[in-house]
Amino acid sequence: MTKLQNAIIGGVRAVLGQVPASWLPGGTPDPLIDKRVALGGQQSRIDGPDKVRGAARFAAEVAMEDLLYAAFVHSTIARGRIADLDVSDAEAAPGVALVMTYRNAPRIGVPPPIGLTNLKAAGNHTLPILQDPEIHWNGQVVAVVLAETREQADHAASLVRVRYDAAPARTRFEEGKTSASMPESILVERNRLDKGNAGQKFAQAAVTIDGVYTTPWESHAPIEPHAATIAWRDGKLIVHDATQMIHATAGSFAKVFGLKAEDVHVSSPYVGGGFGAKALWDHQILGVAAAKLAGRPVRVALSRASMHRLIGGRTRTEQRVALAADADGKLTALLHHGYGVKPRHSVCDEGFSLTGRSLYACESFDIVQHNVELDLLANSFMRGPGETPGTFAIECAMDELAHALGMDPIELRRRNAATCDPVSGAPHSQSAMMEAYDLGAARIGWHRRAPRPCTRRDGEWWIGIGCATGTFPFTRMPGTSARITLDANGDAHVASAAQEMGMGTATVQRQHAADRLGLPLERVTVAIGDSRLPFASFAGGSSQTASLAAAISAASGKLAIQLMRLAGNDTPLAGLKPNEIEFAEGGLRSVEDPARHESFASILRRAGRGELSAIGESGAPLEVLKYSMHSTSAIFCELRVSEVTGEIRVDRLVGAFDCGRILNAKTAASQFKGGMIMGLGMALTEETLLDERTGRIMSTSLADYHVPVHLDVPDIDVLWTDIPDPRTPLGARGIGEIGTTGVAAAVANAVFNATGKRVRDLPLTLDKLF
Amino acid sequence: MPIRVNDTEVPAPEDARVSLLDLLREHLHLTGTKKGCDQGACGACTVLLDGNRVLSCLTLAAQAEGREVRTIEGIAGAAGELHVLQRGFVEHDGLQCGYCTPGQICSAIAMAEELRRGDPSYVTPDIAAGPAAVTREEIRERMSGNLCRCGAHNGIVEAIEAMLAETAA
Amino acid sequence: MTPLCYVRAGDRADALARVVNGARCLGGGTNLVDLLRQNVEQASELVDVSRLDGDVRESDGGELFIDAAVTNAALAAHPLVRRRYPVLARALLAGASAQIRNMATVGGNILQRTRCMYFYDVDGARCNKRQPGAGCDAREGFDRYHAILGASDQCVATHPSDMCVALAMLDAVVHLSGPGGDRSVPLTDLHVLPGATPQVETVLQPGELITGVELPPPSDAMVRSDYRKVRDRSSYAFAVVSVAGGLGLAEGRVREARIALGGVAAKPWRARRAEAALIGLAPTPEALLAAIREELADARPLSGNGFKIGLVERTVVAVLTTLAGARA
Repeated sequence: MTKLQNAIIGGVRAVLGQVPASWLPGGTPDPLIDKRVALGGQQSRIDGPDKVRGAARFAAEVAMEDLLYAAFVHSTIARGRIADLDVSDAEAAPGVALVMTYRNAPRIGVPPPIGLTNLKAAGNHTLPILQDPEIHWNGQVVAVVLAETREQADHAASLVRVRYDAAPARTRFEEGKTSASMPESILVERNRLDKGNAGQKFAQAAVTIDGVYTTPWESHAPIEPHAATIAWRDGKLIVHDATQMIHATAGSFAKVFGLKAEDVHVSSPYVGGGFGAKALWDHQILGVAAAKLAGRPVRVALSRASMHRLIGGRTRTEQRVALAADADGKLTALLHHGYGVKPRHSVCDEGFSLTGRSLYACESFDIVQHNVELDLLANSFMRGPGETPGTFAIECAMDELAHALGMDPIELRRRNAATCDPVSGAPHSQSAMMEAYDLGAARIGWHRRAPRPCTRRDGEWWIGIGCATGTFPFTRMPGTSARITLDANGDAHVASAAQEMGMGTATVQRQHAADRLGLPLERVTVAIGDSRLPFASFAGGSSQTASLAAAISAASGKLAIQLMRLAGNDTPLAGLKPNEIEFAEGGLRSVEDPARHESFASILRRAGRGELSAIGESGAPLEVLKYSMHSTSAIFCELRVSEVTGEIRVDRLVGAFDCGRILNAKTAASQFKGGMIMGLGMALTEETLLDERTGRIMSTSLADYHVPVHLDVPDIDVLWTDIPDPRTPLGARGIGEIGTTGVAAAVANAVFNATGKRVRDLPLTLDKLF
Repeated sequence: MPIRVNDTEVPAPEDARVSLLDLLREHLHLTGTKKGCDQGACGACTVLLDGNRVLSCLTLAAQAEGREVRTIEGIAGAAGELHVLQRGFVEHDGLQCGYCTPGQICSAIAMAEELRRGDPSYVTPDIAAGPAAVTREEIRERMSGNLCRCGAHNGIVEAIEAMLAETAA
Repeated sequence: MTPLCYVRAGDRADALARVVNGARCLGGGTNLVDLLRQNVEQASELVDVSRLDGDVRESDGGELFIDAAVTNAALAAHPLVRRRYPVLARALLAGASAQIRNMATVGGNILQRTRCMYFYDVDGARCNKRQPGAGCDAREGFDRYHAILGASDQCVATHPSDMCVALAMLDAVVHLSGPGGDRSVPLTDLHVLPGATPQVETVLQPGELITGVELPPPSDAMVRSDYRKVRDRSSYAFAVVSVAGGLGLAEGRVREARIALGGVAAKPWRARRAEAALIGLAPTPEALLAAIREELADARPLSGNGFKIGLVERTVVAVLTTLAGARA
């Protein structure tokens, strides 16, 4: 979902190059970049007390009368059709209310796919859902069972008998590569980039390196399984969902079931981890359809196995990176070719080949990626899509180049740091990658790193330090809106259908609204997580904070105008123009003469109003078309590798981030660390095991899919440049995903420094070391 | 024999297949205990059974008959004041999405008691003597049965250290 | 899970009577409840034996008797186990998580079943252990965790227990009760290799129940012992391989060697050939390596687990080298 904004206008970029900066969003820097009271602080998350009490209510926890429990039966072949389907035993089992198959399912439309133009679309694939006997992937739902208890539903599901006529299926990556497609564009960038005659540069270079890097299928593995509690009431649909795209999900339900938008209510106040996975997949659609057919409310709570059958993960990638440099280490050519899986019914581009287009100045580029089209569950967006696998390849390659040049890896980056967009030449809105490197290098103690591999050891353990760059683009979504309501006391209440899955959404926007409106924190509330609130785009692409901030900022502007209108002439503010007033001390005041002030409460009281509200919206993100807007990070890792077992123990991680201004030091640090820990899992342990003989995922439990445990996670230091981006709301860029990027490369580079072994194939399991 | 849940007696369910976790969540609406994997691989469903931490997903409700179950809803004080560890989780940001949090908290409270007893762990240097010092490595090994996917591990360890320091003082 | 009834055994006789009539024994449930829920196993009646006697007793002769219902946590924390059989305490503590160790019983741990992913995938994979004659999808599939010793064409699964590896090393004896009376079996003879009948995993007869485990009086190599588990993450993961080792030395030479391996076979693998090869030698890395290579001479790696041979070799050498250097 990154870079979606670019779709709004393709060729407009060139035109915008001529437009004065001041005409664009962010043309006038946000005053809150510097004027901060609550922003930048260490506020604890406001939903913390509820969460530590177990009082925060998640989707599977909504009590309802007359509830039925759903269980799913999944196909066991990858392609073909259902030949026989016997549900009689299941229907006769105790407690069963409904067995729904393609034979009796209601007509269900295909959900509109997540895409570039429709913000109310959430579909992750384009296949019909339980409408015919055709099988498109191993694990597709062939029957839904509803029963009075979950034990009864699970048992009855085991009694459904299915016989298939299997058809030849494409499930092998290597075979799929031979017929891979070359899409015109990846997300909204042109796929093929051939600039500056790279072939010639490779031929003439002083030093070249060339390697193939592979990353496996990966799973989001949120601790909360996907769930929904669903009810139809008087023709209206209520879905308590676990989703990071509330309005898009509601819009999709409306489309699929032919409902008016106002007849669909999606509530999702808390999401137990998303990372891209908590979107619209078949389970919600089937739950809604089954609830309709049964005429009773339904709880869908996926088992871990069902999650792996129904919720797509990050595709495996195979990436070739070649770099050419002159004797001084100046990059002259960057080649990045590769393959990822994208079934024809998938809507997700894993844009790993976009990574190298923004990071380093380079004379030439040769970049293209291919889609391997297999008969598998649709792949999907997972934290830091594109850049997470992309930085593994590019940043390992940079380390290899530094080694080939006999140059310090940080110095190599310094010599190639981009001063503008390396491909388009567009100016950076703000970029300070090397400041991040300097911060991080000092913190990890980079000087302790031995330039030669296999130098430091402690008993059986080889010790190494490595670094890598992380990066993620800035995104702001249009259409996100927020309502600010001032009550009679002059307190402010912000509302938007934004999402909370651990980022601290409400916590940070409360700080923002307080500073925006000149109120103390305790006089501001923030409501999110419900489709009855003003439209908000998804929590994805690290865009939510900027989008919501732009909406709140716009709402505050409208509120000021309305307040001035209400204030009339009988006010100290009389005669002031909108640009001569500011929010301060719980009211409005003159910028020139702070003594001229009237509180919100006073204005409302005099006007006889109990409350006043205004809605603002995040406008078209034209700034990203004029500027090159990317965050960067410098990731450092110190680790040990046992020469006995090949086990890796990471002793320290440091991440230094250049992401504009930080809005809440406590929650930001947590998000950075969280991203880095997911990167650590990617580096060391995580791999979804897809059996290519059958197209079936075998690692369907958290015992088989290894996410990091406490003992894997060392003390992590996170630092930031805190340099404001003058083109963004609050001077901030998104921070949710960049933490994951660069980490796997930093770990692999540290392993090379420790052992001299260059492992280009993730995860770095012990069998690959010795 | 009834089951005592947070000082209240409840009957065991009729269907013997019902897990302690589903008894809590679906029958008693005590949804603070979380279902993460339902197969003993994540720790989100950790509760205290007669004071010991166990996984409620792999415990049949019937197995808890005649026993005392304490869930996250029974951790705060009688007047609702947060337990020292709950306060620590908020203060040290030992949570993000909050889904693994109740399990982490119940687990850590029982872990403190295991440490007090001198029970060793796999990383205890002298297995016969028991843990000489409560290092971060000790805490991490002992808490490794509670997965967190948001990556709140550092904050969780800090919150536990703060609890151990406060209760030792 | 199929509908079933649950009863709590009043005493051992009650449990036995129910097991004879087809009930399944339920200990901590950490494996069985999962297997039932995944429909890998079915039962119509569960008899809960977890509240039967759960004591650890020392005999006058120095043996240690451990009731089957003792939890893994209690056994690991027991002072005598920690002092006299550190390999067992370490193996227990390497297993699973603190929560699971609080639940899991000694009897249940011994009888836990393989973690082979194809064994668990009831709907989508063939497995001879689950369904004799169906075929084995683990071969040529994901066989990284699978056996290098003692496997058959029918089955290449490994036994997942850590505790049993230590028990095998310690010459533990398992006490059984059944319709034909009581008997005892050395732990190393309790589990059987798959051969043509991978569904048969132990020598337990129908109606038999594990009542306890007996450890012999501690020898030098039991006291000077250690367990090292090699795994894909630092904790809460099944072993890729594991090594239980113990050494008794006299004048710098091996008088007693004890080695057992986990993660390499359908049973905890007592490395008797390697042990015999070491007697009388100085425990140098070269001698240790030669000895374990003798043990692994029959190893037959699969497509994805050939690395285990070198890994076992290096780990055995490291564990025993450290023990040789440790103070007795």
